[in-house]
Amino acid sequence: MTVPALEVEGLRHSYGGDRFALEDVGFGVMPGAFTCLLGPNGAGKSTLFALATGLLRPTAGHVRIHGHDIADEPGKALARMGVVFQQPTLDLDLTVAQNLRYFAALHGIGRREADRRIETELTRLSLFERRAEKVRALNGGHRRRVEIARALLHRPALLLLDEPTVGLDIPARRTLIRHVHALCADDGIAVLWATHLIDEIDPATDHVVLLHRGRVRASGPVAAVNEQAGCATVAETFDRLTTAKPLADVEAAA
Amino acid sequence: MNSLVNGLGAKGWWVAFQGIVAREVLRFVHQRERFLGALVRPLVWLFVFAAGFRAALGIAIIPPYETYIPYEVYIVPGLIGMIQLFNGMQGSLSMVYDREMGSMRVLLTSPLPRGFLLVARLLGGVVVSVLQVAAFLLIVRLYGIDLPAWAPLTVLPALLLNGLMLGALGMVLASTIRQLENFAGVMNFVVFPLFFLSSALYPLYRMEEAGELLWWLCSLNPFTHGVELIRFALYGQVDGQALAVVTGATLLFAALAVRGYSPARGMGSRAPSAG
Repeated sequence: MTVPALEVEGLRHSYGGDRFALEDVGFGVMPGAFTCLLGPNGAGKSTLFALATGLLRPTAGHVRIHGHDIADEPGKALARMGVVFQQPTLDLDLTVAQNLRYFAALHGIGRREADRRIETELTRLSLFERRAEKVRALNGGHRRRVEIARALLHRPALLLLDEPTVGLDIPARRTLIRHVHALCADDGIAVLWATHLIDEIDPATDHVVLLHRGRVRASGPVAAVNEQAGCATVAETFDRLTTAKPLADVEAAA
Repeated sequence: MNSLVNGLGAKGWWVAFQGIVAREVLRFVHQRERFLGALVRPLVWLFVFAAGFRAALGIAIIPPYETYIPYEVYIVPGLIGMIQLFNGMQGSLSMVYDREMGSMRVLLTSPLPRGFLLVARLLGGVVVSVLQVAAFLLIVRLYGIDLPAWAPLTVLPALLLNGLMLGALGMVLASTIRQLENFAGVMNFVVFPLFFLSSALYPLYRMEEAGELLWWLCSLNPFTHGVELIRFALYGQVDGQALAVVTGATLLFAALAVRGYSPARGMGSRAPSAG
């Protein structure tokens, strides 16, 4: 059996106190799968990302990237992971190429090889002509594309994106979603795409992990999850599983 | 694959180090106001403050000086220290900013160990401060202040060490400051005491004349020893006590800084901003 690109197991996290931001969260993302981490605001998505990238250490449980536990082998895990954070993280006063070279250097990729990969990734996103411009001169959609190009420079097997379409207009969103789907289909990259926007899910191909109040309410291919919840669409499933009903009701319904 | 740790060979570490330093230098070069500010501040002190004090303040012959010196000559090492002090705090500010804006996360998603990344970032800041000092020394020379010909070279090791100490101090502060808005307080409670309670403006023996307590405070201030290290290095000499204190303080601050950024403590213990 192939090793999952991302394996989350028994993950719990508390920022102190009795309230858990995440509780017993477990799921896997296989190579080539586009998985949507779906959940309303405050469901624990960003906490999950901070744990998966090693910025936070979990209270309990494991996150493994291609079998490497982020807590025990952070170097090996991080080398196989590309991340697009929710907040923009480019240096606005540096050029596109300077930003990308900096990131490549952080992964030990030298100047010549970095420039080759930068050309490949930027060309795929039709931004190569703008490589010498300062990021400040780019619009939000283009900045996001640069961040995706950046996250791919070290050829990761897993791409994590935390609400990457926030603040983008509809065409920019579509471009982004299409591009990342192509990465899964063509390059076999595993993707975890956090969102609260249901229309970003392609019901034909995608998997979903539905997170609500720090717990996984459903996970699997879209069709299977809908069937399990007794709903026709993801939107219905989402509504049914994330309404603020007492937990017992939700479980009875599911 | 010939790898040391984490699958990246020694070359990979070097590439990452260069990349981190280059980013700091590029960011500095792109922010012209910052460069000007870094230069104008010590020059104002030199041209206005020192010129005015020249008449009022006589300085006895104390090592490393071999003759009577004008006040401008005395104050130069202190102003070099000031450049590095402000640069260290600026580094701290940009680190808090990076953390608030999220770009600190990019640095920390490198597969290299966190301690190495933070030290590289620290050295990047030191390189920037050395560039600022070089520009300052050039103007000092053009202004006609007499320094040994080799001073810019002999002072270099002292600049590296003092820069590391102040940069590490900045990092400690950055790891304790939760919000950008709190930064002004740091300037008041850290920068001003460090600078004024030091040998930057007056020799310590003058402080002793002014009062025992003042002298004690100045003697305990690591910045005093940074300034003295620079003062002696400008004349090709090593002040052993200053070297010991600055080295010790650097190690202490660096250890605290790396501890402040450990993953168990998170990026601070703040919850992420959303979902």
